[in-house]
Amino acid sequence: MSVKVLEGSEAVALAVKACRPQVISAYPISPQTHIVESLAKMAADGDLDSQYVRVESEFSAASVISGASATGSRAYTASSSQGLLLMTEVLYASVGMRLPFVITGVNRQISAPISIQVDHQDTISLRDTGVIQIYVESSQEAYDTHIAAFKIAQDPQILLPVMVCMEGWILTHSYEQVSLMEQGDVDRFLPAFRPANYLNPSDPKSWGSYAEENVLMEFKYAIQNAMEYGKNRIKEIFSELAQITRRDHGGLIEVYRTKDAEMVLLAMGSVAGTAKEAVDQLRMQGKKVGLVKIRCYRPFPHEDIWEAIKGTRVVGVMEADFSMGSEGAVGMDLKAKLCGRPDAPLVLDFIAGLGGREVNTEIIAELVDKMEKASNSGVRVMEPQWVGLDPSILSQGPNHE
Amino acid sequence: MEIAVGAVVRGGTSLEYKTGGWRDQRPVLDMEECKVCGICESVCPDSAVHVLNEEYVIDYDFCKGCGLCAYECPAGAIDMIKEEK
Repeated sequence: MSVKVLEGSEAVALAVKACRPQVISAYPISPQTHIVESLAKMAADGDLDSQYVRVESEFSAASVISGASATGSRAYTASSSQGLLLMTEVLYASVGMRLPFVITGVNRQISAPISIQVDHQDTISLRDTGVIQIYVESSQEAYDTHIAAFKIAQDPQILLPVMVCMEGWILTHSYEQVSLMEQGDVDRFLPAFRPANYLNPSDPKSWGSYAEENVLMEFKYAIQNAMEYGKNRIKEIFSELAQITRRDHGGLIEVYRTKDAEMVLLAMGSVAGTAKEAVDQLRMQGKKVGLVKIRCYRPFPHEDIWEAIKGTRVVGVMEADFSMGSEGAVGMDLKAKLCGRPDAPLVLDFIAGLGGREVNTEIIAELVDKMEKASNSGVRVMEPQWVGLDPSILSQGPNHE
Repeated sequence: MEIAVGAVVRGGTSLEYKTGGWRDQRPVLDMEECKVCGICESVCPDSAVHVLNEEYVIDYDFCKGCGLCAYECPAGAIDMIKEEK
């Protein structure tokens, strides 16, 4: 095992290289670029034995790895923002055809207005595709999770694409100490991809064949079954990897100081690191606060979250996405699963970090203060709160100059 | 019946799924007028026009009645006739 100071993108590229993908295809978009540039260089220099296919769009990149996966190849791509959205149609098809490739979803805000700042709206918009989504907090977690991702994807009972979601810039462009696995350990952990079905001219088969109303629902239900099965299998794969690396990032969720907590923050991605710091500071002031970090967002680990938050008074969901016309997607997921539980805590939905808006420990302390006040007030339902919103710069109406 | 993971089935099964029943108009080829140029065969989106003994024949198991062959035929040798039950 070697330890290096690496840019997050380089760490991901090295993790992907260690997994020996046979086909990589990508179209560059900030902030994903350093990952695929690095892999392209490895392939061009002969350090990586992969077909690196350059394409004219993300739709084609996803199509190339979808086709490659159907031939029985291990395949990989990465994208961000509208690039991920351009893949959407192919992702639904790939899920239906049960093609287990890996994507890095490098989080970036979606245009318009055009921006390269970070939020989770892009990957959250893909939550219904059937792609497994795992969010990471650090470069080390990104490295380890990519290696786990290939194993999760190709599990014969799962067979779904896996997307590792990591914030652009914050993770992809910052330098951290990263421990790299020995190639032999990766090879033992991740056996070669040998699917039962693969495209083969001497035994022709057809993928995603026509299905009408008498069977189509069963195909969709089978994907949901794979997701449900995945919950335990993903945990097993994470712990199997943790035994090799001696780094345990948690299961479907990571819990931080929740044991005696009365108030719990729920977060995904790198903001969880800031939230841990905030929790430590608030604990020193005597506030019984904890954190649940969602690692695996799809399948949604509501059972594990419930174990961590039951008995608490209030949960504050911090999320950098919004389902227009409703509220934050993570808050909706959680509230849907708590609905009907008589002992469920109050859930506050904080829209925090949208479009790259800063979320620091002071802001998180204010959120916890709001959680405390709301739970003391006895209120049971609250509308989502846009953290740091400046209403003074909003136009006053459609005809306002 | 059991569904296959990924809807993966053996190849070529579309031959067993006859789609001619979707047709509401049928192309009828008049061999007296036909110049055997092959345009109908090349434009058919369902590959339902075949050459047989140097004549063109339409495979009504797969022709969906789109009418492209009749539209494109330079000799006017194909008429579209309404299908009746």
